[in-house]
Amino acid sequence: MTATTHDTHDAHHHGPPPGFFKRWLFTTNHKDLGVLYMVFGLLMFFIGGAMAMVIRAELFQPGLNLVDPHFFNQMTTMHALVMIFGAVMPAFTGLANWLIPVQIGAPDMALPRINNWAFWLLPAGFVLLLATLFLPGGAPAGGWTMYPPLVLQLGDSFPFLILAVHILGISSIMGSINIVATILNMRAPGMTLMKMPMFVWAWLITAFLIVAVMPVLAGAVTMLLTDQYFGTSFFSAAGGGDPVMFQHIFWFFGHPEVYILILPAFGIVSAIIPTFARKPLFGYSSMVYATASIAFLSFIVWGHHMFTVGMPLAGQLFFMYATMLVAVPTGVKIFNWMATMWQGSMTFETPMLFSIAFVLLFTIGGLSGVMLALAPVDLQYHDTYFVVAHFHYVLVTGAVFSIMAAVYFWLPKWTGHMYDEKLGKWHFWLSTISVNVLFFPQHFLGLAGMPRRIPDYAVQFAEFNMISSIGGFVFGLAQLLFVYIIVKCVRGGQKASSGVWEGAKGLEWTLPSPAPYHTFETPPAVK
Amino acid sequence: MNQNKLTRLFVASTAALAMLFSAGAAAESDWRRPWGVNLPEGVTSLSQVAYSMHMLTFWIVTVIGVAVFAGVFFSVWKYRKSQGAKPATWHHSTTVEIVWTAVPFLILLGIAVPATQAMIKMEDTSGYEMTVKVTGYQWMWEYEYLDEGIHFYSRLDRDSDRARQRNPEIRPRDVEHYLLNVDNPLVVPVNTKIRFLLTANDVIHSWWVPELGWKKDTIPGFVNEAWAEIQEPGTYRGQCAELCGRDHAFMPIVVVAKTEEDYEAWVAEQQEEVNGDVAVDDDDLSDMEMDDLMALGEDVYDNQCMACHQAGGEGMGDMFPALAGSDKVLGDRDEYKSILLDGVSGTTMQSFASLSNQELAGVLTYVRNAWGNDDDGGDVFQPADVEDAR
Ligand SMILES: [Cu+2]
Ligand SMILES: [Cu+2]
Repeated sequence: MTATTHDTHDAHHHGPPPGFFKRWLFTTNHKDLGVLYMVFGLLMFFIGGAMAMVIRAELFQPGLNLVDPHFFNQMTTMHALVMIFGAVMPAFTGLANWLIPVQIGAPDMALPRINNWAFWLLPAGFVLLLATLFLPGGAPAGGWTMYPPLVLQLGDSFPFLILAVHILGISSIMGSINIVATILNMRAPGMTLMKMPMFVWAWLITAFLIVAVMPVLAGAVTMLLTDQYFGTSFFSAAGGGDPVMFQHIFWFFGHPEVYILILPAFGIVSAIIPTFARKPLFGYSSMVYATASIAFLSFIVWGHHMFTVGMPLAGQLFFMYATMLVAVPTGVKIFNWMATMWQGSMTFETPMLFSIAFVLLFTIGGLSGVMLALAPVDLQYHDTYFVVAHFHYVLVTGAVFSIMAAVYFWLPKWTGHMYDEKLGKWHFWLSTISVNVLFFPQHFLGLAGMPRRIPDYAVQFAEFNMISSIGGFVFGLAQLLFVYIIVKCVRGGQKASSGVWEGAKGLEWTLPSPAPYHTFETPPAVK
Repeated sequence: MNQNKLTRLFVASTAALAMLFSAGAAAESDWRRPWGVNLPEGVTSLSQVAYSMHMLTFWIVTVIGVAVFAGVFFSVWKYRKSQGAKPATWHHSTTVEIVWTAVPFLILLGIAVPATQAMIKMEDTSGYEMTVKVTGYQWMWEYEYLDEGIHFYSRLDRDSDRARQRNPEIRPRDVEHYLLNVDNPLVVPVNTKIRFLLTANDVIHSWWVPELGWKKDTIPGFVNEAWAEIQEPGTYRGQCAELCGRDHAFMPIVVVAKTEEDYEAWVAEQQEEVNGDVAVDDDDLSDMEMDDLMALGEDVYDNQCMACHQAGGEGMGDMFPALAGSDKVLGDRDEYKSILLDGVSGTTMQSFASLSNQELAGVLTYVRNAWGNDDDGGDVFQPADVEDAR
């Protein structure tokens, strides 16, 4: 990324400091940190993906074929932790870092040094977490939900897990405070809140969610720690505590966490679809209000993860109604995206393809979510592959697809080169077909009675598991193509113009491609 | 005339076929089969309510999903730049936005009403005629019939257990009901409102038989309630649904529903066995022969210990220490007993205190003498030794 100084008023400013380590280790530049976050996210995507491959390989056929059940449990647990806290959240934070300042006309993030620290905590946290794979007794194996009493049986990996969660939590809280501070204080003159791009709005709301719930998770795992080592009994009935209380606290964090993983995706898709439909986003203000209502509702629906624990009837009904309500603002978003495409003038470059797939496949995940909201039937769905299918439609064809769309969309702005469109389309079609082969049959498995988190299953589930595994392997391989396309684009390619896309609107597209190291040191005027 | 005859023949043969099928269903539910894609209608009013709620919602969301797909595909087909489409400039419409906020809300309201009724029904355990207490253990179930005084453990069956090893002697596909069969099924009568009291001994498990229509978590220190009234005799299979450690996949549930008369007969048989059978009598502390102890111990070992400590007692890594030649096994007798009775905290070795004195004496003796452990002079443990250590 060679910075080309272009303007005269930029002449007295410098590019990145010389020296690889000096630049990347000490950087406080929002673009450098954005790149670091995204590269880290990509690396974790492959580590978490490798674990998913182990899972799908073991489930290829009935019988215990490759790994011990205990190791299988380590894989399901670590796959979730790595993908959520290592891949998706850092990738979104990286996008926020790179894009929010250039979308609101700010020179950098509000707290650049905090920004550096927040990022470098991530590798530290993950070294701790991944190191557990090499401990006697192995990595955490009690599920990413860490339910006691099971999690207390972990042995040596337990304190590593707790400390890693703390570090990752501190990192994302600091990152979020930075984002809130930047958006509220550093907008260019004339950039009122209701003129901000949807991606900025989505992140503003997401950041508030993170600041609100990460400390709750920290509290929950700290109570686990004291239960284990300091003789407290928060979650042990034998000492007057309650194991279910952990689940309440965990899901008070966990459900908003689900929206932390999807709201930025809404923002991305709301930027891409209007660009390639060459038509303004339909219902901007209803998009903002819908996002805010989803965020509000996310705090009062946690009990839908716990319909089977034996809550009072009134509690179950409350959580059922509240959860069903989430469908209303979510539906508004989907209809708005559809209306944006309606009577547009569409072209189908790779980012648009991923965004359209996002709208359709996220809808599948959303609709199965409506089914799961119904408490009396959830007693059947709960903890089966139906749930696994549901949240992978939301998180893979939802969150991950939106990140891929974003990478293709802004890559020319970051590198100054166009990516290889033909390969991009190959990547899209391979991913979209295989991901459905991977996850769609899991709906059937769950309904037909297959519980989740099992390394071996009754022979009746063999066929769909084999199909699902084949889809998984193809999806995994297709992502190597993604890396190849990115590397190729960074190294060279057709020169990108400043606008890049014909229909692109917004401040970042007024900058040259690649964007200089420092931008908007004089705030732009926003009409 | 002729047509009448044909009709009658058709009706008769259909009825015969239907009887054939329903007879088959009574023995073994035909819901569990390869390529199965849907929930069972099941055999309780609760499972049928769940099923109809499921199908209702399924069709509603399918219609909505198809509409969304159709709308997007229509746009993609119609409004493409390559076809010369010119973009419109409108970007909102209050009417449309109100409509697509209000309509989904009303649809949800329509679903919420029957869902609420179903939920109220599910929670109503009043008027029960018998009670079964279910306790989850790592990794088996314990069933207690509170009024009948019957009590037993239910574990993965022997064939499944052999086939689930790595490099097994028999293949999973050759085992009937692989991973869905147990040594002692839960036997219950049909047309009887059964109340289930559910709890656990170690970690959280979840008791789930899809054809009964629900799962309920079993939580250590707490007792949950649920109910079922099974309409048809038959065998219904399920599994633990909450991750509970290494062998979570290997603690199935089998419910055998019998007619009232058959059930009565079964109860009588069980009560007789409890009084007559020595193998599971916790009060019998009389000494046993070495051969009996070894035979019983091998059985218990294969069922309970082998998965982790392996067939030859060689263990697996640091997590599951070897028992052959182990200091702990061959060391102090009391310490050795306490490992089995209390478990080892901070490891996956849990307490096996739920086994009978005889079973524990057997397995203690067996491990202390198998795989060359008797080189140092074998050692016998009697039921009374176990009782002392409790
Ligand atoms: Cu949730
Ligand atoms: Cu389990």
